[in-house]
Amino acid sequence: MKKRRDIPGKIAIGLTGMSVVIIIAIIVVMFTVIIIGGKDKFTWEFLSTFPQDGMTKGGIFPAIYGTALLVIIMAIAAVPFGTITAIYLTEYASEKSVIAKIIRFAVRTLAVVPSIIFGLFGLGFFIKFVGTGIDTAFLGGNLHWGQPNILWASLTMSLLTLPVVIVSVEEAILTVPREYREASLALGATKWQTIKKVVIPGSLQGILTGTILAVGRGAGEVAPILFTGAAYYLATLPGSLSDQFMSLGYHIYIMSTQSSNVDQTMPIQFATTLVLLLLTFVLNLIAVVIRVRIRRKQYK
Amino acid sequence: MEELSKEEKKKKRKNKEFVFTRESLKKKFRLSEFLAEKVISSVAFLSIAVIVLIFIFVFRETLPIFQTKDSQKASTEQIPTSTNSTGGELKQESYGGTETAEPASNAPLKQETYGSTGSETPASGGEKQEQYGVVTDSNLAAMETSMPEVHDTARESMASQYNENQSALRTLASKDWQPVSDRPRYGLLPLILGTLKLTLIAILFAAPIAIMAALYSSTFAPKWARETIKPVIELLAGFPSVVIGFFALMVMATLFQDLFGYASRLNSFVGGIALSLAAIPIIYTITEDALNAIPNTYREASLALGATKWQTAYNVVLPAATPGIFAAVLLGVGRVFGETMIALMATGNAAMISANPFDSIRTLSATIGAEMAEVVFGDTHYSILFLIGSLLFIFTFALNFIAEFYIKGKLMKRFQGKS
Repeated sequence: MKKRRDIPGKIAIGLTGMSVVIIIAIIVVMFTVIIIGGKDKFTWEFLSTFPQDGMTKGGIFPAIYGTALLVIIMAIAAVPFGTITAIYLTEYASEKSVIAKIIRFAVRTLAVVPSIIFGLFGLGFFIKFVGTGIDTAFLGGNLHWGQPNILWASLTMSLLTLPVVIVSVEEAILTVPREYREASLALGATKWQTIKKVVIPGSLQGILTGTILAVGRGAGEVAPILFTGAAYYLATLPGSLSDQFMSLGYHIYIMSTQSSNVDQTMPIQFATTLVLLLLTFVLNLIAVVIRVRIRRKQYK
Repeated sequence: MEELSKEEKKKKRKNKEFVFTRESLKKKFRLSEFLAEKVISSVAFLSIAVIVLIFIFVFRETLPIFQTKDSQKASTEQIPTSTNSTGGELKQESYGGTETAEPASNAPLKQETYGSTGSETPASGGEKQEQYGVVTDSNLAAMETSMPEVHDTARESMASQYNENQSALRTLASKDWQPVSDRPRYGLLPLILGTLKLTLIAILFAAPIAIMAALYSSTFAPKWARETIKPVIELLAGFPSVVIGFFALMVMATLFQDLFGYASRLNSFVGGIALSLAAIPIIYTITEDALNAIPNTYREASLALGATKWQTAYNVVLPAATPGIFAAVLLGVGRVFGETMIALMATGNAAMISANPFDSIRTLSATIGAEMAEVVFGDTHYSILFLIGSLLFIFTFALNFIAEFYIKGKLMKRFQGKS
């Protein structure tokens, strides 16, 4: 039983292995290039000061602040709704329920709808319908809510990140052993008590992962906020929900395509990209680590 | 006496003990329980509601260019709680802001405008009917119904807006996208073809690499490698698209121009390669899941018959996973098709029709992203951009629908040995 030489097999393994190497190489190259391009400018001063001289000097503090505010409001909106939807899908809906199937399909559709469509929706629904509605109903037609602002941008973004939360929370809830639930029910706890005292505490890590992933996604997306609230340059930080804001991603886009002196601001652009990349990278990394821990727990 | 007391004691004991009866076993009604369930299930409907709302509100903004009786009706149906304020708002959008209502005095005037708009564009009315099936009569009837609430002066602007919309509709199939000019032309053809070209380039690059990588990590790779490759490639999915776009704009564009020596620095080739970076993680993840979902018995049977690892992969695993891989590619197409920032930054944004991959293009989504900020809310250009959005939404929705139901159904059947 001598093992035959398997030349096509070797070639196949080589080719497929090569694809993996190519993908990883692209990731590494992107990282390296952006780090090299941005490392000189990447200082505390850059992170903590306002842009100066028509954005050619100074830092990106308002963009960081705006992004942080955006994702915080977004998470406040998306996480509870996402968690509750996940609880419904795993705890209340039966497996054969048509409604649950439709909800699942809707969630997956939400996940693949192009982000620019969310932007259009934010404009058409939040700004022109809800915002203008509030203005005409309560403010006598004064334009206040019926224009782009950070609240509408955050809510638009929360719709985009809703599926991310739902999927990770659902995954985590499924890792809570059925015996726990049964034990709780056998002790006389009601379904809602079981969910409150057993299921949710058992899936807290999943909710955390979902939140982190959603924040990472929300921080990086630009298309939904293009016309729902992001601003090119603001001299002050957003003070209320009806203010516009600056965001890291939008800053990169504007600086690299619309600005008049692209070459002069190159280091700023690279450094801003580096900040955004590091932010999303670290968030994703944390999420991956927590996820691995959840999966290990499941197999024990 | 003694016996009686014994009996009494027994009774007492019986009362103390919990006795299972039909009543006691019945589920008690608890308000908190009931509320929790209702709240949770109604929140769960939110996702469905959002999809429906996206449908409604993206379409609603395109309505002004299709001012027909049907669409008017639809727009009022969509907002069943149509209060005064929303009605007023609708009006504002389509006709440029009119508030006072004079129903009675306007009744005879109505006829006039009806006639005048009709006579103004008699020839074009005929064309319209032929080309787009937009029936003029019903258009005018729709105008008529909304007329009583409109001022004299506003009616003129409305008529011109209406004419503008009609001429805009006629240019939709033309070859030029020139929204900002004296005679704006809204030809979607170059945008659609550009998007298709870009998608093709991106998928041609992304699909083979991603599928082969998935094959490697699910079939050939040792266990430790598998556990590293997957999270690393998934990290690429976490790269913000604006970062990939920036990388393409600053680094890839220059590099490729040096390599291939073409004329325009930003073109569909650069954009396609950049977009493939966004598509690779999606195709990879779904393909890997599809490959891993194949029962191990398939592999073991093949290996036991003496097939090599490669023969097993090629002749058993891949064919069994074809529907899943197809779904992966479809979802990759959906991602590329709708991606905005990368297309906006790396493709050059020139609306031209050409087969050369080194020419600049303008995609549907990039058009929305670039022009929405500059349009006047409510005018024709604005509505056309929303129309493009609707097209994108319908397309991705359909793709997802196919990937979801048709292909997964097929996959399940195959594993259960029914086909």
